[in-house]
Amino acid sequence: MRVLAAMSGGVDSAVAAALAVDAGHDVTGVHLALSPDRQTLRSGARGCCSVEDAHDARRVADELGIPFYVWDLAERFTEDVVEDFVAEYAAGRTPNPCLRCNEKIKFSAVLDRAQALGFDAVVTGHHARLAGGQLRRSVDAAKDQSYVLAVLTAGQLGGAVFPLGSMTKQRVREIAAERGFAVATKADSHDICFIPDGDTRGFLARRLGEQPGRVVDAATGATVGEHTGAYGFTVGQRRGLGVAVGDSRPRYVLGIEPVSRTVTVGTADLAGVTEVRTAPPTWTGAAPALPIPAEVQLRAHGTPVACEVTAGDDGGLRVLLGTAQRGVAPGQSAVLYAPDAERGDLVLGQGTVLATA
Amino acid sequence: MSSSQAVYLDHAATTPLLSEVLAAMTGQLGRVGNASSLHASGRAARRVAEQSRERLAEALGARPSEVLFTGGGTESDNLAVKGLFWARRDADSRRRRIVVSPAEHHAVLDSVEWLAKHDGADVTWLPVEPTGRITPGALRAALGSGEDVALASVMWANNEIGTVSDLAALADVAHAVDAPLHTDAVQAVGQVPVDFAASGVDALTMTGHKLGGPMGAGVLLLRREAECTPLLHGGGQERDVRSGTLDVAAIVGLQVATTVAVTEREDRADRLASLRDRLVAGVVAQVPDAQLNGAPLDDVVAGGPGRLPGNAHLSFPGAEGDALLMLLDARGVECSTGSACSAGVARPSHVLLATGADPDRARSSLRFSLGHTSTDDDVDAVLDVIGPVVERARRAGMGRR
Repeated sequence: MRVLAAMSGGVDSAVAAALAVDAGHDVTGVHLALSPDRQTLRSGARGCCSVEDAHDARRVADELGIPFYVWDLAERFTEDVVEDFVAEYAAGRTPNPCLRCNEKIKFSAVLDRAQALGFDAVVTGHHARLAGGQLRRSVDAAKDQSYVLAVLTAGQLGGAVFPLGSMTKQRVREIAAERGFAVATKADSHDICFIPDGDTRGFLARRLGEQPGRVVDAATGATVGEHTGAYGFTVGQRRGLGVAVGDSRPRYVLGIEPVSRTVTVGTADLAGVTEVRTAPPTWTGAAPALPIPAEVQLRAHGTPVACEVTAGDDGGLRVLLGTAQRGVAPGQSAVLYAPDAERGDLVLGQGTVLATA
Repeated sequence: MSSSQAVYLDHAATTPLLSEVLAAMTGQLGRVGNASSLHASGRAARRVAEQSRERLAEALGARPSEVLFTGGGTESDNLAVKGLFWARRDADSRRRRIVVSPAEHHAVLDSVEWLAKHDGADVTWLPVEPTGRITPGALRAALGSGEDVALASVMWANNEIGTVSDLAALADVAHAVDAPLHTDAVQAVGQVPVDFAASGVDALTMTGHKLGGPMGAGVLLLRREAECTPLLHGGGQERDVRSGTLDVAAIVGLQVATTVAVTEREDRADRLASLRDRLVAGVVAQVPDAQLNGAPLDDVVAGGPGRLPGNAHLSFPGAEGDALLMLLDARGVECSTGSACSAGVARPSHVLLATGADPDRARSSLRFSLGHTSTDDDVDAVLDVIGPVVERARRAGMGRR
């Protein structure tokens, strides 16, 4: 196959590109420049697509003897990922920008352009298994990224290659070291690439400005605190609420009402939900006949719980949880899996969380 | 595809080393000697360096004392722009204005912008003709009385679109108001007639690796009476304007390359121009809406070529330059979208924008540059693939809506 390897400058995508070359594919490397004002040097383990990262990616491509280019997708990324991120928080929801980037950038803008240029697929260093068109969890549970890939449709998965899904992160680093890649020991990237200092609340405050409002206790209706922006809160959040209540029981964010800027908090017994309603889902294969039993994961790195998936309103899903869950935030993705300990849990699809009960 | 099989049409970026240059350099690399030393080895090295200086001066119409060896075109541009600015301003504090073309190479542009940002320079940007040329009238208008001008800088031939300006006429205009004129002639030497004394310019940048010489070796021709403040301080090897131990092997390589390029210029220019004309005609036959950027192929300025003979710069409406480059690279054809950027991110060419082209046209351009190893087979190789490549690139669009 003629494949395009998306190379971030990190160790995963470097090894993925190398394995694609080993597999006999005709590989071209591309680094995606996603930030409109790129830093020259990386800052810590955060951020992405600095000029230094592009250099790291180019070094690997040169060692592999494959062509390498930088594609400027800053405009698309800003529009589809960063602005979406800000708008979602402004609407009281908690978005997942990595998921959005896979959906709109890597397996849409990049894949479309690659296919138009004559490539068959895009290779990435995601930790997930993809065989026979079926998306499964990585063997490395700690590094598994199937959650942020579940949004891909069968058509998008048909143009994706994930060479790393059947190996651990440690093995990836070993391969990089065996090949003498300078990125073998490069730190993993964390957090949100377009917020290099890791201060999401500060980033949102700069974008959305101060929007003071009240923090209200769900049980009493009493105002128990003030805040400078509801966007600084996430459903399920416990720390940093700044509330004064009469008892010592911890409070959790139960809900965010963006128009009145009201953040509702409550005790643990009120924070659990047993039903999740989603927007119309995407399926990684043919849409199943509902209802179906499944496991659902409600946030990145969350623990999956048994559930029954039934049809909801307006084409969405109603997911009935076997055990009550805390911190199910609207805007997050409810990713559905069919458990399979042998071959890796199969990703069925996902729906964006709209509401809980 | 390995580089030995590649069709290399990026000679304006760099061109293969001449075999006679390789021989001269390897011979010198085997000898010990610092050209500043007083003993026999030093004297032998100095003899080679000074012979090279004399031969270079002869090839370029300069006096040997006007040849300053530098580390390349970028250093020469920096030295001329900053050095002339500092010296002229120090002599008269009113002289803080730099008159410059916006289509210059970044070595000039970024030096000027640095002076504007950090050292109080005022910048007057010259209007650029749609062909990319700077006219004497435009320079005259921009200079005004000239009393506040530190220097003017206009390139001899543009590195992207190959347009040649009339430097002798521009120097006359500058001298009429006592302003010094620098020219970046990196692309011009060996391609069009360049005579330093006859042109009248005060400072001229050239470099070796565009002519079949080594990288990292360049020259600033600087008139004897021109005051120029050094960038690099130290041993004062080059007229106290540039310091650093002379790289004698690189210097002899630079000299041999320059002498060969200047001696063979006319024959080579005729050959390259006819190859280039066939390339452009063939591309346009297959892609009828392709647009030639820069001056017409048969343009004439000051009795010589108005466009570099090896330059073909074309826009392909609806296609992205970097997609075209990638598709051609995959088919073994090596060319360029213009000046390379360190980050590798495609930006619309500042040169085309300066000529008044719209950003889409600037983004959809490709430069094919021919040189001493170019053949009919190279042209055929482009013509074999260009039609389908443009069609495919047009379908690919770019990450914008």
